[in-house]
Amino acid sequence: MAAAACGGGDDTTTTGASAGASSAPAAAQVKVGLAYDIGGRGDGSFNDAAAAGLDKAESELKVEKKELEATQGETDAQKEERLRLLASGGYNPVVAVGFAYSGSVAKVAKEFPDVKFAIVDDDAAKGDNITNLMFAEEQGSFLVGVAAALKSEKGNIGFVGGVDVPLIHKFEAGYEAGAKAVKPDIKIQSKYLTQPPDFGGFGDPAKGKTAAQGMYDAGADVVYQAAGGSGAGVFEAAKAANAMAIGVDSDQAALPAYADFKDVIITSMTKKVDVAVFDFLKNFTTGAVKSGPSVYDLKAGGVDYSTTGGKIDDIKSQIDEYKQKIISGEITVPTS
Amino acid sequence: MNGFVDRLLGRVRLGGWLAVAAPVIAVAFAVLITSVVLLIAGSDPVEAFTTLADYGTQPRSMAMILNTGVMYYISALAVAVGFRMNLFNIGVDGQYRLAAVVAAGLGGAAVVPGVLNIVLVVVVAVIVGALWAAIAGLLRVYRGVSEVISTIMLNAIATGLGSWLVSEHFGVLTGNDLGTRPIPDDAHMPGIPLIAGTPVLVNGFIVVAVVLGVAYWVVLNRTRFGFELRATGKSESAAVASGVSVKKMIVVTMVMSGAVAGLIGMPELLGASYKYSNNFPAGLGFTGIAIALLGRNNPVGMAVGALLWSFLDNSSNQLQLLDISKEIVQIMQGVVVLSVIIAYELVHRYRIVAEQRRVSRELAAPQEAPKAGAAA
Repeated sequence: MAAAACGGGDDTTTTGASAGASSAPAAAQVKVGLAYDIGGRGDGSFNDAAAAGLDKAESELKVEKKELEATQGETDAQKEERLRLLASGGYNPVVAVGFAYSGSVAKVAKEFPDVKFAIVDDDAAKGDNITNLMFAEEQGSFLVGVAAALKSEKGNIGFVGGVDVPLIHKFEAGYEAGAKAVKPDIKIQSKYLTQPPDFGGFGDPAKGKTAAQGMYDAGADVVYQAAGGSGAGVFEAAKAANAMAIGVDSDQAALPAYADFKDVIITSMTKKVDVAVFDFLKNFTTGAVKSGPSVYDLKAGGVDYSTTGGKIDDIKSQIDEYKQKIISGEITVPTS
Repeated sequence: MNGFVDRLLGRVRLGGWLAVAAPVIAVAFAVLITSVVLLIAGSDPVEAFTTLADYGTQPRSMAMILNTGVMYYISALAVAVGFRMNLFNIGVDGQYRLAAVVAAGLGGAAVVPGVLNIVLVVVVAVIVGALWAAIAGLLRVYRGVSEVISTIMLNAIATGLGSWLVSEHFGVLTGNDLGTRPIPDDAHMPGIPLIAGTPVLVNGFIVVAVVLGVAYWVVLNRTRFGFELRATGKSESAAVASGVSVKKMIVVTMVMSGAVAGLIGMPELLGASYKYSNNFPAGLGFTGIAIALLGRNNPVGMAVGALLWSFLDNSSNQLQLLDISKEIVQIMQGVVVLSVIIAYELVHRYRIVAEQRRVSRELAAPQEAPKAGAAA
């Protein structure tokens, strides 16, 4: 460890090159470096999904892992140092979780041409050794929008976004399009918990609860949340209002952490970051890593809707109809 | 005469000793508490501190520490200007972010070429920061609104306003990140190869930070304005009695604090990221509050505090490699601030008690003297 700690030294490029050469795919032990976005492992959402993929790779592919977390208010230079530290410490491949790493990955990947990098949720960082793990969040959100519209008795549904950023706009746009495809005159309430650079909206259940409560009070009976850790508050509000909620990222009705709320979670839009991370690591061990964007959409099974609890079994066939139309390209879901 | 000289010497000696004692106690206490926390968390404190020392002495880390330290220091100065007058400018955070958004938007538009663009960006940032802070100053003077409340609220408004400016006016979408148009290459602040043995350049704004630190000291200690500011901070009524316009002082101080705050984002904007995006560092204003407390509003003390803070922040990755949770850094920072406050308070009280003892000894002495005289 001490050697790795000193690896942040100045001869980064040479260290990186030798590290890359020594850990060619299928070599003795693959050491995976993973850099989280703010929140890190244990955020019950996006970062945790990446962690699940890494854990699976650890047990199935026998890779060694090292995880580093981001700190609040850090600069790009500090993100770069984190990636550099991993790459120069002999970690290859290096996975960066979240679009916040976009600029940093682009820069550091150039310094370590023999190390493979992957970045989740970003296609702006381009390079021969960069794989962009992209998701069609709008397609999955379209399907839960369909579910919300079909399940709503009042013709009034809600959307709670964690932070007002383009990525979350994709969830909202898909949800809205899905709901309107079923009921063109449906009323959709929408609220973002915080504005960037305040990313607190991804980790503040109290804010999520207040926002959702307001929507239920104003006549909504289904609320979809794309709000990370704040989602728990949305579920709480749904339970208190005896209404319905829709989860995000993981199949949240099946998560032990949300066991109290499984009665109100009718479905979840699953975004399989774990699958994408695992696939990437698996490809690495078999030497089949492809650079550039890998799109995880409905067709590839990268996004989907969950049926745990059987609350939407009655409308499943209708949702699947839309699913087929999206896969076949008959319906194009807007992203903003 | 002897008594006076003794007293004078004693005070000097005591002062010198106390001046060293307080920070030493604070550091020792912080190390102790952190070690206990590390032990409870199941990590080896010796290993942790050795790693920190290793990290902090590498040329590359030093350059990194200076680069973040520059922003922290400017932020601390902005806060300290207000502190010296008992004005709690909690709004430094909103002031620098709004200033950075507007300045980045203009800089990205490249209205003027090259160095002129740097000057324009900086001047605009200073003006926006100053104006935003002036709102709180005016509210305090004309409406009696506590600047603590108004600046906190203005922070929230600045967030919304900045977000609106980026998404509706300046924003360009790259991947999933929304940011202003990058400032063209000819208007980048050049770095300085200050630290030997590393390719990492030190942000050119370090010069600005040093100049600001010196200016802070000169203005406060060597100008009439500085005197009036400190006087108003010590006693408003006394200041009024000696002809100081407190209202004017409040507005001017807030404006100055905001103007300095406007510069906080400049090292990052003109020296590193060249744009304001969702990824721009937030919360530096609050870091500044902690560092101003840590450095006791002293320009040198705050510089030490800013470097210490930056060192701890930057070493978080290294600690994580040892499987030490990054939260330990925040614990250390919190403990350091508390230790400094407590240590100075203890030393201060010790000084008061010592003073009282000395006074009572001196009061007792003359009573004995006449007796001796009478006996003779």
